[in-house]
Amino acid sequence: MLTQTTLVLLGTVLLGITAGLVGTFAYLRRRALAGDVIAHSALPGLCFAFLITESRSVTVLLTGALVTGVAGAFLMSVLRRVSRLREDAILGTVLSIAYGLGIALTRSIQNEYRNEQGADLESFIIGRAATMLTGDMIQIAIASLACSITVLLLYKEFKLLSFDESFCRVQGWPATRLDLLLMFLTAVTVIVGLPAVGVVLTAALLIIPSAAARFWTDRLSQMMIVAAVIGGLAGAVGTGLSARLDQMPTGPLIVLSAAGMFLASWLFAPKHGRLWNRGLDDADVAASVAEVLPSDVSPEASS
Amino acid sequence: MIRLLMVANRPTVPLQSVWIGIAEWLDLSRLSVENAAGTIVVGALCATTCALVGCFLLLRRMSLLGDALSHSVLAGVAAVYLLTGTIEPLPMFLGALGAGIVTAVATQFLHRSGSVPEDSSIGIVFTSLFAFGVVVVSQARGVHLDLDCVLFGDLAFAGARFENRLGWLMPEALGTLVPALVVTSLFLIVLWKELKLSSFDPTHAATLGFSVSVIHYLMTTVVAMVTVSAMEVVGLLVVALLTVPACVARMLTDRLGRMLWIAVLSGISCTTLGYLLALRWNSSASGLTAVVAGAELSLAILMAPRYGLMGRLWRSTQLRIRIAAEDVLAGLFRQSEAAGAVVSATAASCRRLAGEGFRGHLAMSWLNRRGLLETSGQRVQLSDKGHHYAQRLVRSHRLWESWLDQNFDLATDHLHDPAEAMEHFIGPGMRQQLEAELDQSHADPHGRQIPGPPAES
Repeated sequence: MLTQTTLVLLGTVLLGITAGLVGTFAYLRRRALAGDVIAHSALPGLCFAFLITESRSVTVLLTGALVTGVAGAFLMSVLRRVSRLREDAILGTVLSIAYGLGIALTRSIQNEYRNEQGADLESFIIGRAATMLTGDMIQIAIASLACSITVLLLYKEFKLLSFDESFCRVQGWPATRLDLLLMFLTAVTVIVGLPAVGVVLTAALLIIPSAAARFWTDRLSQMMIVAAVIGGLAGAVGTGLSARLDQMPTGPLIVLSAAGMFLASWLFAPKHGRLWNRGLDDADVAASVAEVLPSDVSPEASS
Repeated sequence: MIRLLMVANRPTVPLQSVWIGIAEWLDLSRLSVENAAGTIVVGALCATTCALVGCFLLLRRMSLLGDALSHSVLAGVAAVYLLTGTIEPLPMFLGALGAGIVTAVATQFLHRSGSVPEDSSIGIVFTSLFAFGVVVVSQARGVHLDLDCVLFGDLAFAGARFENRLGWLMPEALGTLVPALVVTSLFLIVLWKELKLSSFDPTHAATLGFSVSVIHYLMTTVVAMVTVSAMEVVGLLVVALLTVPACVARMLTDRLGRMLWIAVLSGISCTTLGYLLALRWNSSASGLTAVVAGAELSLAILMAPRYGLMGRLWRSTQLRIRIAAEDVLAGLFRQSEAAGAVVSATAASCRRLAGEGFRGHLAMSWLNRRGLLETSGQRVQLSDKGHHYAQRLVRSHRLWESWLDQNFDLATDHLHDPAEAMEHFIGPGMRQQLEAELDQSHADPHGRQIPGPPAES
């Protein structure tokens, strides 16, 4: 039988790897903060699941979280179409309203179940990996494994979608459905991360490893590997530190280790590290702009 | 518990008789009325300040910055605690302000120099800083550094914590909220023109010689200050007060001044209603503030007169009905023209001209209401008014066809469809202009007579 710490370690490493793989696509599709919205929208779902089933099983609660998390992402795309608000305002709006609803519900639940064994819903806000039950951990591990495998199986399709959506459509791939699937995988990854890392910080697991990996390479396959390694390492280091140092919350430590690795990549990565490069070279930019602009456009032609 | 203790040794209040009067009227204890009044004032101040800067954040597409700042403030508080071991309000406030500025600068820096996309760079900076803050705060044993206050906010508590200031008993939070509001208002009044210009057209502002980046960083500092002062009241949910009322106002108006007023009113109503609902349901006041804000935004998105869904649906339905009705008129006119006499048709065939189903009925009643059709027995025909209306339509149609034919190299059978769409939108001015631009304006490209302007009655 595995000890509790080993099990948690295994779970967070797996979570980090999944987040690295899925996050790479989220990063490339400029969806980094969508994960944040999903995480915040998950909070009311946890509460609803508890209110409806009165169950304290993490799997049941997370199912509820997945439903409202996906609903949050859906609401975002609806608002983008029907309202005149811009992307950043929509993100901030959906995120804060969902979080507010979640806070109001957790507070009500807490006040109601004060003396009984209420669900420890507030622990989902910052995350508390150390106290998780073995069964829950195994189910979470299975879910993140399934996510990773799906991403790897659909690698080619997602790659095409991320780099050239129109070409993907023209080639006859179901681009919209692939996009929805990618969104769903992002949602599952975020939800799976909630018990360990918490509502406020889970999005960091998607963003930081993939952004760090971008400094190491220009190739997608390598970027995914580096992101998965950084994610897994962050999970391991964070969990290890929190097991060693008493009273330290696991989630923030995982995020801090990932941030440390991001900082190191930003400075020292051989490909685009800040120490031997100055970001994108200006000459490169000028060349690529010249390439994009058609040379035969002249003022006469356009008038 | 803490609240009970504070109630016990509370000093006497000015306007005591007023409170007692209100309390008796509401059938509540005097203290709960005072607490409620204090909370509502604190909430309103907080909402006002946030809504004012929130509008500019929204217009400058910086809404996410408010989100990021509200998280990273914790890191500033934590860093000050680590360095000095103090929990005095002023150093904490300065630390939080510093963290806010660091967030804004670091985000820009990563984005510009590291070629990290902007959303990712915001995400990286604020989550890392927040994680740092949580780790430090979780270690601060026995010290009043309240993570719960950051995560959940405590409007009701902040409003009920009174202190004696200038001889008056007022909520303690006013000590930071009032200066924040004053500074924000001064900032907006002094830099009104610059802010307005650089929010709507940064390029134009730059060419006129305003330093857009100076304004940007000043703005960031003000937002950081507002966020920090509001945090202690509403916690992370300060994001809701920054973004949502501004969004509500944006849905309702296009004018900046009006937008600020609407946002302020919406923000105040959110905190007040949120607090009252929280009392009713025994829940979190800041959480319900965000929920009320969400409800207001949904209403605005649905019902806003100009940009709301229902308004847009109503106008497009009206347009559809008008177009269908005009198709009936033009159809009858063409039949009369071909027959050389006024032709009557059955109501059913008219409805078919308008399109299938319900639209036909709506179009017919549109026409009848305006007296454009005459009914004789089972059959209908154009009234004089209807004839003139239809003549103008067909005239627009054929003028447009001729104009297209004259100016573009289009096949003759490609002229009808665009004209069929355009005829509903060509007014008298445009008809005159088209006629003036045409070489010979008697026949359209299909050889049919372009009807002259009808004799106005």
